[in-house]
Amino acid sequence: MGEIALRMLLGDRAKYLGLVFGITFATLLMSQQVSIFIGLMARTASQILDVREADIWVMDPRVQYIDEIKALPDKQLARVRGVPGVEWAVPFFKGLGVVRAPGGIMQQVILLGVDDATLTGRPPQMIHGRWEDLKQPDAMIMDRAGWEFTWPGEPFQPGRVIEINDRRVVVVGLAEASPPFVTFPVVFTRYTEALRLAPGERNRMSFVLARAAGGEDPKAVAQRITAQTGLQALTSQEFQWRSINHYLKRTGIPINFGITVVLGFIVGAAVAGQTFYLFVLENLRQFGALKAIGVGNRQILGMVLLQALLVAFVGFSLGIGLSAAFFEATSGVTALRGFILRTEVIAATGGAVALILAIASFASLRKVLVLDPAIVFRG
Amino acid sequence: MSATVAVSTRGIVKDFESGDATARVLHGIDLDLRAGELTMLVGPSGCGKTTLLSIITGILTPTAGTVNVYGVDLGSLRGQDKVAFRRARLGFIFQQYNLLPALTAAENAALPLVAAGLTLKDAVPRAAEVLRRMDMGAHLDKTPSHLSGGQQQRVAIARALVHGPQLVVCDEPTAALDAHTGLTVMETLREIALDPGRAVLVVTHDSRIFRYADRIVRMSDGRIESDQLNGETHHETTPPAAHWHAAARRRAAGVRDSLLDGASHA
Ligand SMILES: Nc1ncnc2c1ncn2[C@@H]1O[C@H](COP(=O)(O)OP(=O)(O)OP(=O)(O)O)[C@@H](O)[C@H]1O
Ligand SMILES: [Mg+2]
Repeated sequence: MGEIALRMLLGDRAKYLGLVFGITFATLLMSQQVSIFIGLMARTASQILDVREADIWVMDPRVQYIDEIKALPDKQLARVRGVPGVEWAVPFFKGLGVVRAPGGIMQQVILLGVDDATLTGRPPQMIHGRWEDLKQPDAMIMDRAGWEFTWPGEPFQPGRVIEINDRRVVVVGLAEASPPFVTFPVVFTRYTEALRLAPGERNRMSFVLARAAGGEDPKAVAQRITAQTGLQALTSQEFQWRSINHYLKRTGIPINFGITVVLGFIVGAAVAGQTFYLFVLENLRQFGALKAIGVGNRQILGMVLLQALLVAFVGFSLGIGLSAAFFEATSGVTALRGFILRTEVIAATGGAVALILAIASFASLRKVLVLDPAIVFRG
Repeated sequence: MSATVAVSTRGIVKDFESGDATARVLHGIDLDLRAGELTMLVGPSGCGKTTLLSIITGILTPTAGTVNVYGVDLGSLRGQDKVAFRRARLGFIFQQYNLLPALTAAENAALPLVAAGLTLKDAVPRAAEVLRRMDMGAHLDKTPSHLSGGQQQRVAIARALVHGPQLVVCDEPTAALDAHTGLTVMETLREIALDPGRAVLVVTHDSRIFRYADRIVRMSDGRIESDQLNGETHHETTPPAAHWHAAARRRAAGVRDSLLDGASHA
């Protein structure tokens, strides 16, 4: 009877398209919004993970997330270095600067100052030039977003000069950096260079980056640093989660995305559920005739579930396809850089779609299964 | 005419509860249907014809009394068994045809075979064969919306017969048709449904089709008023239908062979 069930479904073009549309819409909305949300949260984390050489971040105890800067006095660097189990520790600067493009337009950038000697905290991946060139006088490496802003449409060319906070710097390389949460371009310089560029206060050091000695557990070392210095020392992973938790708890972002996702689910469930229910309802007489003829409830159950399954499969595939096409098409858009459709999101959306149709078929199945076949004798 | 009793009901009582009131719709029905006969159940609206039909086919359960169909006591059948019994032994024709709009005529007629486990591909040729015998060969691939009422009812007749059932029940088969179409549909029904191994029960209001009956059972108010061979009231020695019957049986023989052949697979 499976064949019959599919013919019944496909025979009602309008309802079939309505069903598929509802599921496609719900799938697209849910998978796309969840992906963007996860991408945003991952941005917070990926900046921390970009610094591959260090496994411990030391900061002011009040700092909640990566973009919150509370500078430390320089003497803290020596104290961290003095903690047993710390192989090395270097200063790291993170602040905001203003780039003036040749046309005169200003753009805020994130200014990162990496250790002069070791260049710890340098860009994770170079597109043009070598990171060692940061050691040259007035040297600066931009990320792609920075270059595109300053010299739109032009191919990269080393040696270009721009001003950051009205001080002259030379671009020596182009890097691929994880996009920060605030979507500003990222600019790398040496630590001392960053101090020169950024407007000064007494305390300038944003973070101390450290590495646990071989054989030492970074977590234990971090706890030791906290105990000895009174500073907040976190492993990269802890800091990553602390940042993510901050955004989850302290901002409206998760709620906003949550609302959209729930809306997608509800609209999908309403449209698809309603249509499916109507579809079954309109075919009640036909189902009644089938029952009178001797089609058992188990066969009817199989028919309705098969119809739901087909709708779920087609709608879900279309929705995921559209979602993937969206991220593919926007992969070049700077603001959406790094947002991808994850397998976990696809699976979770699939689960949600299955739930929608389970609810829809359950509601309509009750009607069919308790249906009195005598209905077909009524005129 | 065969005297084999195909269906017998004894003391059928049916009560419908609505709120705290109970309405007795059938007051002890004793009825025998004979194989090879077309019995018409007639009577005023609301007298309980459809209710009795539903009980005979196991769709409704009587409040009291027994139904025996070809030796099977319906009261002893449970759930799936009852469904399987209907699937194998019964054929249904409804006033509203109740064809599936998405399926072609041949596919609709093939439904009982598909319900019994055949694929559409295997079932459709057998259904098409039945439809051809009913002059419906030109309409096999049309969906119900492209067929006239009479043609749709013929598809429904084919659907009721395709699996070679032993009992065919029809509730007001001509009520939705104009007079002429109603007669031709009855002619088709009589021609191909009647078989020594099959009883046909037709519930109707339509006095114009009484002449196709072998036996007429009159009901009123939940009771059987009379049960007579057609024509007995006219004091004729031979019921009009009987003449017709002999010729029809010969014409039906060919169809029957193909149907019985089909039934053995289903
Ligand atoms: N499910 C039900 N619940 C309550 N009462 C019912 C139910 N089905 C039928 N009845 C009542 O039983 C009586 C007989 O109904 P039935 O449909 O058997 O009559 P009928 O002889 O087929 O009438 P018609 O010629 O109009 O089709 C009617 O009074 C009807 O209202
Ligand atoms: Mg009736």
